[in-house]
Amino acid sequence: MKPVIYLDNAATSWPKPPAVLEAIADFYRGIGANPGRSGHRRSVEAGRVVNDAREAVAELIGLGDPLRLAFCSNATEALNTAIHGLLRPGDRVATSSMEHNSMMRPLRALEQQGVIELVVIPESSHGVMDLDAAEKALGSGARLMAVNHASNVTGRILPIAKLSRMAHRAGALLLVDGAQSVGSLPVDMESMGIDLLAFTGHKGLLGPTGTGGLAVGPGVDNREFRPLKRGGTGSRSEREEQPDFLPDKLESGTLNVGGLAGLLAGVQWLSERGLDSIRRHEESLIQRLIRGLEGVDRVTIHGAGSLDAQAGTVSISFGNLSPSEAGLMLDEEFGVLSRVGLHCAPSAHKSIGSFPHGTVRLAVGPFTTEAEIDRTLEAVAALAQRA
Amino acid sequence: MEFGIVLFYSTNAALRLEKSLRSQGLKCKLIPTPRQMSTDCGTALRFQWIDAETVNASIETTSIEVAQVARI
Repeated sequence: MKPVIYLDNAATSWPKPPAVLEAIADFYRGIGANPGRSGHRRSVEAGRVVNDAREAVAELIGLGDPLRLAFCSNATEALNTAIHGLLRPGDRVATSSMEHNSMMRPLRALEQQGVIELVVIPESSHGVMDLDAAEKALGSGARLMAVNHASNVTGRILPIAKLSRMAHRAGALLLVDGAQSVGSLPVDMESMGIDLLAFTGHKGLLGPTGTGGLAVGPGVDNREFRPLKRGGTGSRSEREEQPDFLPDKLESGTLNVGGLAGLLAGVQWLSERGLDSIRRHEESLIQRLIRGLEGVDRVTIHGAGSLDAQAGTVSISFGNLSPSEAGLMLDEEFGVLSRVGLHCAPSAHKSIGSFPHGTVRLAVGPFTTEAEIDRTLEAVAALAQRA
Repeated sequence: MEFGIVLFYSTNAALRLEKSLRSQGLKCKLIPTPRQMSTDCGTALRFQWIDAETVNASIETTSIEVAQVARI
């Protein structure tokens, strides 16, 4: 059997650094207690794991107060927490047409319930946001601008700092879906002007699935949040009402502490390597891949941006060969693991003209090698001859 | 030995202060909050009372929210 070339890092990163796996096993073997509940030594140690993970992620994303970072199970839960927690009847929200359903579905649900007015900012067929349209969508008095940092379909990076200035001028908060960027691209909430950042632990941060969180900037009043869940927090236990402070307000129920131990190890691994050097590695691989793909007849690249506007993801299609057929052949014949179809982002595929068949998505990670990119290009060239 | 205790609203704050004090070499320990003191948060921080000044200064500089600092 051919060795596997894993190019599905935009869905979840693989492999994980060995330290991540060891940290998870070490937690369950040596600590294994419930954090912040019991007060005994193991409970305190479990609490330290959570706190260290909180501080490590906060530092990585430029959030000054780590206690304004609430962990949850993934970016989807974080986005739902922000959207359902903050939006009120009559609020206007501007979003992009390139959103993943984790953003689009909760927004569309509130729109259909008559709670919010949703304005979708159009993109060109190349997946580039129309900034004039963004300004218009915000108008004056929009409550929220809700956008992805990097598209999970095309890999295109949005100019977040620019959009933040625009949103703030209109009096809106900026919610960013960092599922495809946190841990892979530089993200600094303070300098980029991000008010709310949703992230997942199992992609760029190299942790396990079931970890993620919502970082709440100082410009958001935490008293305005309605939590998605209410329950035990280990604080204010004499009261039957949910505490009003962060992170407890948004962190009910026992956290995935073993997962957070792994997430902490992932963030430490990133810090030791340096996010910049990982970004340079992935940037050079994706450019090598895109340049190679450009030379293959009957292969179309969808919405790839310039070097500084492209995350480690690219979407392609093959003439008459459907993405699902191509994906199966890549897997079975060449050992290349991609993701085909609509990538939970129908709106994005409509924007770039690849709806309803979708594309074949290739996404590199920190462990992807140049040799793997070259073998992938050979596989793509072989498939293109059949298209 | 005389001890002091810091009470919190949230264990997350207790963990943050413990880390800060330990990084300064102070001896301190997170303990279950004595029932007679407060029921707000299950975890309290016990320290040596001779370090009270440093503890108060750390609370000031880190802006960690505490409910009370007391001698026990």
